[in-house]
Amino acid sequence: MDAIILQFLNGLDKGSAYALIALGLTLIFGTLGVVNFAHGALFMIGSFCAVTLSKLFTLSFETLDPTRKDFLGNPLKIKTPYVEQWFGPDTGAVLIDWAVPLAILFAIPIMIAVGFIMERGLIKHFYKRPHADQILVTFGLAIVLQELVKHYYGANPIQTPAPEVFRGSFDFGTLLGFDPNVIIYPYWRLVYFAFAAVIIGGVFAFLQFTTFGMVVRAGMADRETVGLLGINIDKRFTIMFGLAAAVAGLAGVMYAPINSPNYHMGMDFLVLSFVVVVVGGMGSLPGAVAAGFLLGILESFASMNEIKGLIPGIDQIIIYVVAIVILLTRPRGLMGRRGVMEE
Amino acid sequence: MLGLDKKDMTTLLVVAALVLLAPFILNPFPANSAMAQFNAGYPDLMQRFVIFGIFAIGFNILFGLTGYLSFGHAAFLGVGSYSAVWMFKLLSMNVIPAILLSVIVAGLFALVIGFISLRRTGIYFSILTLAFAQMSFNLAYSVLTPITNGETGLQLTLEDPRILGQTATESGGIPVTNLFGIEMRGSETLYFGDWSFQFSAGYYLCAIIMLISFYISVRIFRSPFGLMLRAIKSNKTRMNYTGLNTKPYALAAFVISGMYAGLAGGLLASMDPLAGAERMQWTASGEVVLMTILGGAGTLIGPVLGAGFIKYFENIFSKINESVLHSWFSFLPESVENGAVWVAEHFVGGGWSLTLGLLFMLVVTFLPGGLVEGGQRIIKLFRRRKADDGAEQRAAKSHPAE
Amino acid sequence: MGILEVKNVNKRFGGLKALSEVNLSVAENSVHAIIGPNGAGKSTLLNVLVGKLIPDTGSVMFDGQSVLGRTPYEINQMGISRVFQTPEIFGDLTVMENMMIPCFARRDGSFELNALTGVSKQVDIREKAEQMLIDMNMIDKRHMHSASMSRGDKRRLEIGMCLAQEPRLLLLDEPTAGMARADTNNTIDLLKQIKAERDITIAIIEHDMHVVFSLAERITVLAQGTPLVEDVPAKIKGHPKVREAYLGESAAA
Repeated sequence: MDAIILQFLNGLDKGSAYALIALGLTLIFGTLGVVNFAHGALFMIGSFCAVTLSKLFTLSFETLDPTRKDFLGNPLKIKTPYVEQWFGPDTGAVLIDWAVPLAILFAIPIMIAVGFIMERGLIKHFYKRPHADQILVTFGLAIVLQELVKHYYGANPIQTPAPEVFRGSFDFGTLLGFDPNVIIYPYWRLVYFAFAAVIIGGVFAFLQFTTFGMVVRAGMADRETVGLLGINIDKRFTIMFGLAAAVAGLAGVMYAPINSPNYHMGMDFLVLSFVVVVVGGMGSLPGAVAAGFLLGILESFASMNEIKGLIPGIDQIIIYVVAIVILLTRPRGLMGRRGVMEE
Repeated sequence: MLGLDKKDMTTLLVVAALVLLAPFILNPFPANSAMAQFNAGYPDLMQRFVIFGIFAIGFNILFGLTGYLSFGHAAFLGVGSYSAVWMFKLLSMNVIPAILLSVIVAGLFALVIGFISLRRTGIYFSILTLAFAQMSFNLAYSVLTPITNGETGLQLTLEDPRILGQTATESGGIPVTNLFGIEMRGSETLYFGDWSFQFSAGYYLCAIIMLISFYISVRIFRSPFGLMLRAIKSNKTRMNYTGLNTKPYALAAFVISGMYAGLAGGLLASMDPLAGAERMQWTASGEVVLMTILGGAGTLIGPVLGAGFIKYFENIFSKINESVLHSWFSFLPESVENGAVWVAEHFVGGGWSLTLGLLFMLVVTFLPGGLVEGGQRIIKLFRRRKADDGAEQRAAKSHPAE
Repeated sequence: MGILEVKNVNKRFGGLKALSEVNLSVAENSVHAIIGPNGAGKSTLLNVLVGKLIPDTGSVMFDGQSVLGRTPYEINQMGISRVFQTPEIFGDLTVMENMMIPCFARRDGSFELNALTGVSKQVDIREKAEQMLIDMNMIDKRHMHSASMSRGDKRRLEIGMCLAQEPRLLLLDEPTAGMARADTNNTIDLLKQIKAERDITIAIIEHDMHVVFSLAERITVLAQGTPLVEDVPAKIKGHPKVREAYLGESAAA
């Protein structure tokens, strides 16, 4: 029982990431009718926003302390981050410690800008082209983005820790009456889950309760009719793309402490997120979210030793197996609507 | 001749000439000249040209002809390589059984994956194939380690049985791949003044197999089956309402292209007997898509051109480093030189993938028909200009200067 | 017994009753028109006939065999060919290639792996396709890229492709929709000529009364998913129920 609860919890954070990426993918699918293979790269860029901010905060200058010597007898070099100099040592230290959550503020304008540039500069020209062309051009873009990141940040994962207060683990088991240390769960993962829930809720509320969201939902249901109403749907779609980019980026920012950012994380997540979208049902936002969590949790369960003992390697392929079974039995996915992305 | 019409025969002969004379064509610069870095006529690289040519020719049958975009074809290449290496481990170092097995195993694998993936079309199909390929890749790295040797990759060892061959050579080394005694890595060098040309047994085996593959693909293009595949790409609805079942046609195309990929994988392993899971990664699948599109999807010669183009520039670009760039831009003022080098640096050496991605975007955006279409456009432009010139001259003649 | 027998067919989409208790009998070698206002269920009925939709209840028999549960290509191989509202042809292929495909389908069935002989060696197919193009009066367009033809020519090609399969029943879905008067009259003449030259049953779904009354031997009027009347054209013209159905439509619009 405790193992099951633990795996369930472990699945939540990965599921959250899948759900957030899949949500953005679905928004873009549904509104713009574009298959965006570069969406994983947006997630990756988000993660690297966190890396960048924490690097910026720790940018230091060196001073020599003549009173102290290092082991070679030279004056000791002391590195002081600029932020500590500017804001005082205490505030500076807090800023450095809280780099990842602060990166949210840093990432939002960057991601929206990246989204706008992508849509206006590239995707826009592919609305009327075949899906194969859209896949290919965004695939090329994904390679370009990931290679640029590799060029400037290197190929190795970069550790980006969460703030000090969240570094411990929460003993979940004691809450439920289990022995201490049976179900422990890192605080940051709880934060991530809560954060994802807020973002998902925010996106749904935005679509549900604003006029803008209403038009977008109508556009997802029937693009042509909405176009006929004389509503400037293109402008809204650009904004939608920026929003989807921001969602993916924020998912990436907050994921940085869980998974040290590396240049190929985008594609790793993209392939899985696509599978999530397909399982949830192309064009269905609730489907994307539900399938994200479902697959995250299933993946987590499949990595239990008891299950791996029964079916070796199942943890590596469970998501694909589920996807294949779903696609073959329910071609439209769990909550897919008729006529979306069908031929 | 050979059941081809005149135009196709010409194409085949041109390809044959290019491939068979490649050791000369690709080594136009003297061996110790500064331009020698642009030579590509060494066996290792030439083998890759034709092997990836085979891969792309096969992929074109599925994507170019039938219109199904598979994002998982590297899986078949990988499976082919593993099969071939196992044949070298268990049976003998002769490449024929290895290549045969790789084609058969890849074909069976494609049959299973194709059967499931082709239940859906369009983007769903692409994602399914991608999922299958990623699944194979993950499995090759984890549970299937006894078969694939995980991250290290499958290699020959001195303990392999090789029941029809020898476990080790007399000198105690691992035997090399051969074709009835002709060693694949064996090569002859012809010196001609400052020039040197290498003729490798392995290359010529690959070249001949590639020409056969190309010939078969021409026959498929011109056959009723090929016509059906083009019809599927053009209009599936009309196919269905013309009493034709598209699924077995598409599946046959899928299996054939899978077998081509397996053949390419088997040849890769025959030239260099090792196989690793990275051959199955999505980037490898993406590369063959790019080769096909860059050359011209749906054209006969396009994939061959695309494969050659990409493998050539991959090789050249990877060799260029900062000092080479500095020597190139040295004619510029220093600050401009540094700027130019800084920009160019992104695209060369390890930055080849970036160039590849950019190329991908440019080709899809501006030249969806690939190099073949580009060539046709240039020819058209040239002809029109010529015609215009002619017209001007005529006009000039009919209106003599006053 | 007609060649096509539709009995008690019902089809619902959610709360919408698209077809209710449809009975229809098309006599062999006749031209039967199905007319009705928009939303009368004409397209749904057609999709049931060709296997694209499966009705909730009822039966559809073609030449004594049920078509229900069969895929479109199987139904086509039974002898039903369909002409679409917007011409469905192979736009990437030439006119000649377009015409050869149904000839292959007729000769080889729904699947034949014939990968190593050249199309150019298939003399019987080529001759038949050429003959069909001559019949359709478009042999001079044989090398044309079919997507670049006019809509009227595409329609002509599509009808020719259907005929190349030697079907027993030709289904036409608003074959003159979106056509100019001249093209419409050409199509009417073409269909008349086809009917005169071949043993074929034609079922036509049409909006344009001019087309219907020029061609049909019998007419079924469909309204709100149910057949209202079935009779010869002369009696349909002044039928009160038909007027009501059509007037109702124009009043609503």
